[in-house]
Amino acid sequence: MVPLSYYLILSGFLFACGVTGFLIKRNIITIFMSIELMLNGVNLSFVAFAAQWHALSGQVFVFFVMVVAAAEAAVGLAIIIAVYRTRETLNVDQVNLLKL
Amino acid sequence: MTLGTFILVSLVKILLALFVLLTAVAYTVWLERKVVGHIQNRWGPTRVGPFGLLQPMADGVKFLFKEDLTPPHVYRPLYIAAPMIAVIFALTSIAVIPFGNWIAIGSIDTPLQISDVNIGLLIILGITSLGVYGIALSGWSSNNKYSLLGGLRASAQMVSYEIALGLSLVGVVILSGSLSLREIVDAQAGHFWHFIPNWNIFRGGQFVAFFIYLMAAYAETNRIPFDLPEAETELVAGYHTEYSAMKFAMFFMAEYANMITVACLASIMFLGGWRGPVFGPQILQDVLPIFWFLLRVFVFLFVYIWVRGTLPRFRYDQLMAFGWKFLLPLAIANLVITALVVALRA
Amino acid sequence: MLHLILFSVFGFICAAAAVNLLVQSHPINSALSLVVVMGSLAVEYLLLGAEFVAAVQVIVYAGAIMVLFVFVIMLLNAGKEERTKGSRVSLFIGIPGMTIGSVLMAWILITRSGTGSVEAGALPGDPRQIAQLLFHDFLLPFEVTSILVLIAIMGAVVLAARPEALQPTEEKR
Repeated sequence: MVPLSYYLILSGFLFACGVTGFLIKRNIITIFMSIELMLNGVNLSFVAFAAQWHALSGQVFVFFVMVVAAAEAAVGLAIIIAVYRTRETLNVDQVNLLKL
Repeated sequence: MTLGTFILVSLVKILLALFVLLTAVAYTVWLERKVVGHIQNRWGPTRVGPFGLLQPMADGVKFLFKEDLTPPHVYRPLYIAAPMIAVIFALTSIAVIPFGNWIAIGSIDTPLQISDVNIGLLIILGITSLGVYGIALSGWSSNNKYSLLGGLRASAQMVSYEIALGLSLVGVVILSGSLSLREIVDAQAGHFWHFIPNWNIFRGGQFVAFFIYLMAAYAETNRIPFDLPEAETELVAGYHTEYSAMKFAMFFMAEYANMITVACLASIMFLGGWRGPVFGPQILQDVLPIFWFLLRVFVFLFVYIWVRGTLPRFRYDQLMAFGWKFLLPLAIANLVITALVVALRA
Repeated sequence: MLHLILFSVFGFICAAAAVNLLVQSHPINSALSLVVVMGSLAVEYLLLGAEFVAAVQVIVYAGAIMVLFVFVIMLLNAGKEERTKGSRVSLFIGIPGMTIGSVLMAWILITRSGTGSVEAGALPGDPRQIAQLLFHDFLLPFEVTSILVLIAIMGAVVLAARPEALQPTEEKR
């Protein structure tokens, strides 16, 4: 018998790591991976609540989150490849042509 | 049974299965060399032991004594870890494959399977998906353009044909109504028309799916006619160019272990698992299903090696076009037709 | 008891790999740490009884999406990260801020939430019941996500294609 708050703390920790990675990292691929980490944290809290309230729709929603994450990863990585082809760099600080 | 007994029995089964799998890998290499040799009108290994049967032992000793060279320019952590990843995932799939029926030893009743999971088929598909990492990482960490190209091509090929592999198996799942491998075999019991067994390839009409599975399996395990990423005449040696001695032996083992896993899965899903005539005293009734299962696996491996000795290899763009533009629509069509037949019959 | 031990072991592996993702400077190490996070999350889902979701997590997330990430890192030959001025600033502000925020949230969750405990394997997550929900109650989202994936495939192919591959072929004289 594990208290539900333990699962929520792990989920919150993963989400916090994802946000921290998004803020501190400068490589565009690593930033994208932090977004995936955030999505995984959210998935864990969905499944934990589904187990507590005995509602299977939590797990079905996790399924949809995974599908959307897959679509987003494909398009995002295609954009990253296109950006690399034009700017020759993967550092987000150097993709700043629109800066004043 | 108690937790202690369960752990002990599982440990014995794991050790036994690993030992049998590793010996099978070694003797599959011997079988391949003999069969390909005879197809090419020469003997295979004949010197070491009768019929060259001790050749795998000699090969093992050779690999142990070879110099394990690590080139200076590789990315070390991944260079050392990649063959281990490949071997670990190749050997793990044996955990959910059933070899026979429930047997009773003394007071212990246990299935001839390391663990009977409800979602056994999905676990094998998941482990196959994870096996791509060993190849991709080895190609990249070798810091060599041939390895990188070979690694990328091999992983792209494996990822593409995984889809056709999975879809060809879904037809069987619809027919059996379960993802558990043991229940899929149990659903193929009995005969129809008095003497044709009830296997999925006959009664279930999954012969198209069987051939899709066969071709997708050749591509998954990087075998001829789909072995462009590791052919010697094409890309030096592809993703295992920079590996020597034990690490190369690990890649070799992983490839043959994958072949055996795929053959076991084909026997379970399409050819009726361990079903066959059983007779005689109780001990014979326990051992005969294992014999029938191994017979099917042997036939499948023989077809694998036969195709290797006979066909030329595909060019890479032909390979990818075949997987995406032919096998995938065919697998989807098979799935739709099977689902329609099952729905209309109910 | 065994549930608590298994949860702690795999929760610790998960958290350690997430921190490793932040600490590593080479993107390939971060990608492999993320694969470890996804694997340990799959075990956590299994502990909660969600076996189908755990299998899909391994097949789709760890076995396909992360392979895509590793491919892109290999193709673009990503190297170690550089430290710029902006990243140093965000390091000094971001890490303490997130630590304070998450500690606060964890304290609130432990002391003041009214949620109870979950047992191991509480909910039957077998594919049959998930399929019942997916194809009856959630049929519209299911069909819409299939169109979403089709759009994503077409978008990815167009965005990542070389510019000359998208030019219409010229008429031959």
